[in-house]
Amino acid sequence: MELYNLTIHELSEKLRRKELTSSELTEVFLKRIDAVEVKIKAYITIAKDDAVKQAKEADKRLASGRDITPLTGVPISVKDIFCTQGMLTTCASKILNNFVPPYDATIIKKLKDAGAVILGKNNMDEFAMGSSTENSAFVVTKNPWDTERVPGGSSGGSAASVAAGECAASVGTDTGGSIRQPASCCGVVGLKPTYGRVSRYGIVAFASSLDQAGPLTKDIKDCAVLLNTIAGHDPHDATSIEAPVPDYTAGLGKGIKGIRVGIPREYFIKGLDSDVEQAVRDAIEVLKKNGASIVDVSLPHTDYAIAVYYLVATAEASSNLARYDGVKYGYRASNNNLLEMYCKSRDEGFGPEVKRRIMLGTYALSAGYYDAYYKKASQVRTLIKNDFEEAFKRCDVIITPTSPTPAFKIGEKVADPLTMYLSDIFTISCNLAGIPGLSLPCGFTKENLPIGLQMLGKPMDEETVLKTAYSFEQATEWHKKRPSI
Amino acid sequence: MAITKKDVEHVARLARLALSPEETELYVSQMAKILNYMEKLQALDTKGIEPTTYTVPLTRKFREDKASPSLPQEDILNNSPEKAKGCFKVPRIIE
Repeated sequence: MELYNLTIHELSEKLRRKELTSSELTEVFLKRIDAVEVKIKAYITIAKDDAVKQAKEADKRLASGRDITPLTGVPISVKDIFCTQGMLTTCASKILNNFVPPYDATIIKKLKDAGAVILGKNNMDEFAMGSSTENSAFVVTKNPWDTERVPGGSSGGSAASVAAGECAASVGTDTGGSIRQPASCCGVVGLKPTYGRVSRYGIVAFASSLDQAGPLTKDIKDCAVLLNTIAGHDPHDATSIEAPVPDYTAGLGKGIKGIRVGIPREYFIKGLDSDVEQAVRDAIEVLKKNGASIVDVSLPHTDYAIAVYYLVATAEASSNLARYDGVKYGYRASNNNLLEMYCKSRDEGFGPEVKRRIMLGTYALSAGYYDAYYKKASQVRTLIKNDFEEAFKRCDVIITPTSPTPAFKIGEKVADPLTMYLSDIFTISCNLAGIPGLSLPCGFTKENLPIGLQMLGKPMDEETVLKTAYSFEQATEWHKKRPSI
Repeated sequence: MAITKKDVEHVARLARLALSPEETELYVSQMAKILNYMEKLQALDTKGIEPTTYTVPLTRKFREDKASPSLPQEDILNNSPEKAKGCFKVPRIIE
């Protein structure tokens, strides 16, 4: 297999055995990017010089034999939502098209400290608002399995870069499915950890009570390795949880005998693609064979999740995005009047979907509508959270399809925002409840498009999710398939 | 609660967005459709249910009141569209 198709753990082993250097490996990935990026467009910034420098540093570390982590010398990419010191951070928006952060996000710092090589910043939906990466102000990322289709979103550049071998792995963010849905569309693994498991410091904020960062990788072991690196409490983030970080790789391979897998009947609905449904039903059989017991569970408020999400998330976004006023950083429209300058900078700097969400959120929070919209949504959010608490009394993980359909065609849903919102139907509840959710490949449609299986876990129980996912992965071959580009 | 053009114009002012007439028209129809979908929440009885704003308990944490270094002023100003004398510069607001 080509080096660029290998996993973090495979590459790390080669580096440690001195079969190759990080500089050579980085060159392999930069060449791969050169070769396929014209078709895929997974990156906004390719940081060639920085990557070469980081690789040299990693090589010194590898040569010294000291302080080597599973990421030392391994080339990865990160979504363009993480602040990177001295490196352009746009969030795929015109309003941040010249923003060079003066500091690193905690996640970036952790990755750099571990010795990872950062190849560049991935394309995404502007401010992480979208499910197709078509809302980027700069470029539309293509799905490596079919370049006429979207890679999913909002972490579409991250998922596509992993699937296309343009990096060993990537880190994205997930507010309503933005890691899991693109992972599903591109045939890779994606994990949204428990809310608070990973620091949000230095991540451009979209909806602060829902945003969470996590890995996009080629297999489950890599997912655990990356989570080991980025998880943990951070004094810079008041919502990050003060709890020790276990070794997430430790439970892999220990088997799933006795694990109770819940199947929520509300997720097998009209509109679910028949190939997707079959693949998920087959996956359940695999888990049963591996020793899990299957239980029927109910999440009765599932049908309300999208309405709740698009009120809560837009309300929080309208508040978070108030900071873009053309004063401290970013795009400024020229005008002699301060108020006009604010309004014009924002109108010209934000794209249509971002403005739509700011409008919706402002409306939901405005006088006279707060109780009917924002408060009501926050109350129903409690009901959704309670649904999961009830369900998890009877099971340890919940299994669903990640997305009701495989990747759709570019342009197919652009004209109708509500239809686009409905494609998040299976991923959103997880963010509202704050629980961990993972997507991993579980098959292909007749058109050879990847299908994702979603596994949801109890709060802070990523270990059981990863263990169950690993058991499924090792019993199947789906994760070994790569697109031909 | 049908949303009108006047509502959209009011919200745009609150959100500090100078929408064009075309954008205003588009958002009237799109927001109407989306808000109409949200109406399904009204069917649920939520009397007495506590709203959830954060899924993790937010505990008040105190730290020692000690000064620590912050980012250099110059680094912060570097990203500003206009600056003068160590400050962010904006259009004149006082005659």
